[in-house]
Amino acid sequence: MDFVITTEMQAEIGVESAASRYEVTTTGIRAFARGVGYEDPVYYDREAAATAGYEQLPAPPGYLGTPVYLPGSTDPVFSVPQGSGPRPRYGLTRVLDGGTEAIYERPLHAGETLSVTDRLVDLKLRQSRSLGTMLIVSREATYRDQAGEIVVRERSHYIFYES
Amino acid sequence: MANIARCEVGDELPALVKQPDREQLVKYAAGSGDFNPLHYDPDFPQAQEIGANLVHGRFKYAALGQLVSDWLGHQGFVRRISASYRGMDRLGEAITCRGRVVAIGRERGRRVVLLALWTENAEGRRTTEGTAEVVCEP
Repeated sequence: MDFVITTEMQAEIGVESAASRYEVTTTGIRAFARGVGYEDPVYYDREAAATAGYEQLPAPPGYLGTPVYLPGSTDPVFSVPQGSGPRPRYGLTRVLDGGTEAIYERPLHAGETLSVTDRLVDLKLRQSRSLGTMLIVSREATYRDQAGEIVVRERSHYIFYES
Repeated sequence: MANIARCEVGDELPALVKQPDREQLVKYAAGSGDFNPLHYDPDFPQAQEIGANLVHGRFKYAALGQLVSDWLGHQGFVRRISASYRGMDRLGEAITCRGRVVAIGRERGRRVVLLALWTENAEGRRTTEGTAEVVCEP
């Protein structure tokens, strides 16, 4: 496949998205903890959390809240605001996850509402023996609390390719 | 549970084995919001091309988070965690999450522990490489 990074694609780098709302809830924390397979009661039970020194259920590492689902403007597959997530673009149809990093300024816990903006950080082409030309899309999301303070930055790398 | 205040460079975290089946990955999809059928639908075209449903990369990232959390036992805060997905893990196959203390520093009187993290598949190949930084309670 003859895939190139166009100037139009390059121009999207650094453009900040509109803010969207993410909620860190007790139910969201429990659902994530079950999905991962945690057996630690601190992520499920308020009393166990209190015994461990938390006023609210703490968010497990990597769980940054659940984006509020808005029909029509949330991606129905990836549950993130459209345009921000791993939905393949640029005429490519296949996606794999390349990597994730979260950098916290402080711990997150149930009861928080976060305002999240997202931007494209980098586009790179790589050749893979099995997948052919791969476009590596790097994004960074910034999570702010109600006071406007940055709580977490999350970097994501997605691999787009064509079958 | 380890005593984090006394951990030393070279210490290994107790390994955590995951063997996510379809049900577990459906639960992970619900908990994370990632409903990409690649991870649970055998008829999904990309899964057919690859020959398997794949474990979510972020399931492995979150499992490495659990490895750190279980070891830490709430004696500190995971300030940074990263994972790079180097190899595909297929639904139903064993994934062993491992970690090692690689550096220990101090910041404003608190111990900061740097961990190397990785997952190994059944053949012992590393399919995820990551790091974490943990700030210990004073």
